Amino acid sequence: MVIIFAESDISHMSKAKLLHPTTSSIGRNKFLIGGLVILAALLYLIISAAAAGAQFFYTVDELKARGSEAVGKPVRIAGAVLGDTIQYDADTLTLTFTIAHMPADTQLINDDGGLVAALDAAVADGSRNRLDIVYVGVKPDLLKNAAEAILTGELGENGVFYANELLLRCPTRYEEALPGQAR
Amino acid sequence: MVADLGFFALLTVFLLALYGCAAAAIGIWRRQPAWIGSARMATLLSFPLLTISALALIFSLINLDFNLEYVASVTSRSMPLYLRATALWGGQAGSLLFWSWLLSAFASAVMLRDWRRDRDLQPWVIIVCMVTLGFFLSLILFFENPFLRLWQGVTGTVWTALWQPAGAQPYAPIDGNGLNPLLRHPGMVVHPPLLYLGFVSFVIPFAFAIAALVTGRSDDRWIRLTRRWTLVAWLFLSLGNLVGSRWAYDVLGWGGYWGWDPVEIAAFMPWLTGTAFLHSVMIQEKRGLFKHWNMLLIILTYDLVIFGTFLTRSGVLSSVHAFAQSAIGPLFFLFIASTLIVSLFLLSRRWQQLKSETRMTSLLSREALFLLNNFLFVSILVICFLGVIFPLASEILTGQKVTVGPVYYETATGPLWAALLLLMGVAPLSAWRASTARTLGRAIWKPLLISLAVVLLLLATGMRNPGAILGLWLSAFVFLVTLYEFWRGAKARSSNRGENIVAAFWLLVVRNRRRYGGYIIHLGVVLIAIGVIGIEFFQLETQGSLAVGERLELGGYSMEYVSLAEFQTADGRLVDRAVVNLYKDDQFLRQLYPRRDFYFESQQPMNIPGLYSTIESDVYLRLVDWEPVSAQSATFKVYLNPLVNWVWMGGIVFMVGTLVAAWPERETVEMAAPARFRGRPAEARG
Repeated sequence: MVIIFAESDISHMSKAKLLHPTTSSIGRNKFLIGGLVILAALLYLIISAAAAGAQFFYTVDELKARGSEAVGKPVRIAGAVLGDTIQYDADTLTLTFTIAHMPADTQLINDDGGLVAALDAAVADGSRNRLDIVYVGVKPDLLKNAAEAILTGELGENGVFYANELLLRCPTRYEEALPGQAR
Repeated sequence: MVADLGFFALLTVFLLALYGCAAAAIGIWRRQPAWIGSARMATLLSFPLLTISALALIFSLINLDFNLEYVASVTSRSMPLYLRATALWGGQAGSLLFWSWLLSAFASAVMLRDWRRDRDLQPWVIIVCMVTLGFFLSLILFFENPFLRLWQGVTGTVWTALWQPAGAQPYAPIDGNGLNPLLRHPGMVVHPPLLYLGFVSFVIPFAFAIAALVTGRSDDRWIRLTRRWTLVAWLFLSLGNLVGSRWAYDVLGWGGYWGWDPVEIAAFMPWLTGTAFLHSVMIQEKRGLFKHWNMLLIILTYDLVIFGTFLTRSGVLSSVHAFAQSAIGPLFFLFIASTLIVSLFLLSRRWQQLKSETRMTSLLSREALFLLNNFLFVSILVICFLGVIFPLASEILTGQKVTVGPVYYETATGPLWAALLLLMGVAPLSAWRASTARTLGRAIWKPLLISLAVVLLLLATGMRNPGAILGLWLSAFVFLVTLYEFWRGAKARSSNRGENIVAAFWLLVVRNRRRYGGYIIHLGVVLIAIGVIGIEFFQLETQGSLAVGERLELGGYSMEYVSLAEFQTADGRLVDRAVVNLYKDDQFLRQLYPRRDFYFESQQPMNIPGLYSTIESDVYLRLVDWEPVSAQSATFKVYLNPLVNWVWMGGIVFMVGTLVAAWPERETVEMAAPARFRGRPAEARG
């Protein structure tokens, strides 16, 4: 190994350094290459993980607009729960219900008069796009009429959305931001 | 009356904070210590005044003064006393007040120390603390005032104002909104204060760092002065996160403890930079390296603390527009941006002065491994930060919201956590300055060999999951290395000084608290890692509807549905409580009582699982549904969470380790000395 000492290194060189002399440009390159390798690994990790974990977040309208193109791809979708449609088979734990389109944009929600009014409007308006949901699992306590359901899953060939994760946001009187309750 | 007192105390502190900044600045500019002394007094005064303010709010909360909008929004008549008092941090306005109160306490405590050696730093520490305090107080006073009152006009409309509007009468609702039932849990009573203690105490090391930057002191004095602050801040932050996980485990009812929710990540990010900081300052103290890096880390930690406070207190991440609409969102953003820019500017001005005193020479040296450790923590931070802003960024850039879920975080950070575990095993054995593969190999082979035996054992028991085997192997490796370090140290001590091995072991730890406290923390982390591996890789779940007498089987346990009862409680709940017999291998263990509480007041249900906890696993039984009235059948969801209790045990070990590391060493001698000599021995030594 080539040994090159910088001036300053020699002046306070210790015994240990004399015994294991590695320093200066070679040492620097070593660290540079090490750093680049780590950066590359990090970049790869982030990109591959984002590719695996990213989900498009659609409204019911947006999903319907994509039609068959959207079938079979993992997406997130949000909508207002229609209370009358909730059916739960406790033996098979199969939960079915229908959601109605509601805007995702907070601006539009506020134009509707806030989240509660927006959800109520979505439930009352029969002309909106609707989507049938099937979910197998525990029926969340918060699932009720005019709650906002946020679902992760995929659209089936038959136009039914098969959810594997179900989160509910209820317009509560409480101001705290809490992690979602059901999944 | 009391509320008015609270408000005026608050206003006074705001003015004091402004004055403190100005007085400190004048003192620096004119070189007049009297001004700085005055700024110090202003800082000291902020604490009792904010205490009055906080107590005034607590008093109003306890006495249910529903005329105050804040009290009406977070308490109700049915809430017990302790919950009313802790509703101080139940809403945004109160939390901000609590935050400010803690900051004033810490700033005052810092002002009480002996400043003789660090006179030049003092005014800058005051300025940083008072600017931060002033910012929070201005948010409270102008946007989130907990002392606002409700008023009713002649037409019957109700609005809020500080002072009585013309023609309006004071209005108080008959009952308040109450605290979200999900927050009525002991974990939630202590979780926010712990987190906030952690958040706020990181302001102090930051203040010293900025003071060092401004005054051009390039030595590690600021690090030594704040070492214990940082450790304690870090301990609170760690405990806050752990208690929060425990709350999620008990309350949210999905059998897990960590869901990679933005709110959780917000509190986790300053922990990541704080942990990196704690490690890399040791290298600056020992070797004079990483000076820029340490400054960057503490600046980042400070701004992540502000970011975290803001994020945990508002739903801004749901959408770009929500951010712009919340009154304090843009202000927080502005504050974070300006403190970041100013701090980085100061750092760039001192860049030359903060050059490393020595150079790193070997890739396997202890300092290089610490650098790698820092890289890993910061990488995890980058992953978390990207994940949190992903929906926002994608919406701004493409107009289409794209979110990333737990899968993203788990795949991206998993290998990094494994690498950190490996480092935790290797680094303590590597030498400072120069370390080669050979010297390191000589130190490492014994624990490595034994840890491989663990792998064989796992394979023999039939475990085939590569991720889990890797994780458990690394855990075993770190565990052995750490014990080996204790053993080596104690043995050397005992043979050098002729102490018996127990005494040698005790003295080893007591005399080198920082080092061995750190190792105890590592042991705690290993326990947590084992728990996480257990639940991540081996969680079992099943679900089913049971008629009375029927059983559900899971992992050797069986659960027999016995009965279900419905009753009302005095505090306004409708409780449905199931009785389930738990058997293991057909041996009766005990009864479990999963239940669902329905809160009338808020129309909100809450699930309380039946838990059977052992060191080996938790049986987590959730009541899902039941046949009304007859209760002839009920539906349950069961999780078997292996090793999850190791997480909580690890947390305790972790806490003990941090306390050992933070326990005062030399200062104990000084404290025992008579007051008039206090401080002198330290000066003589310095």
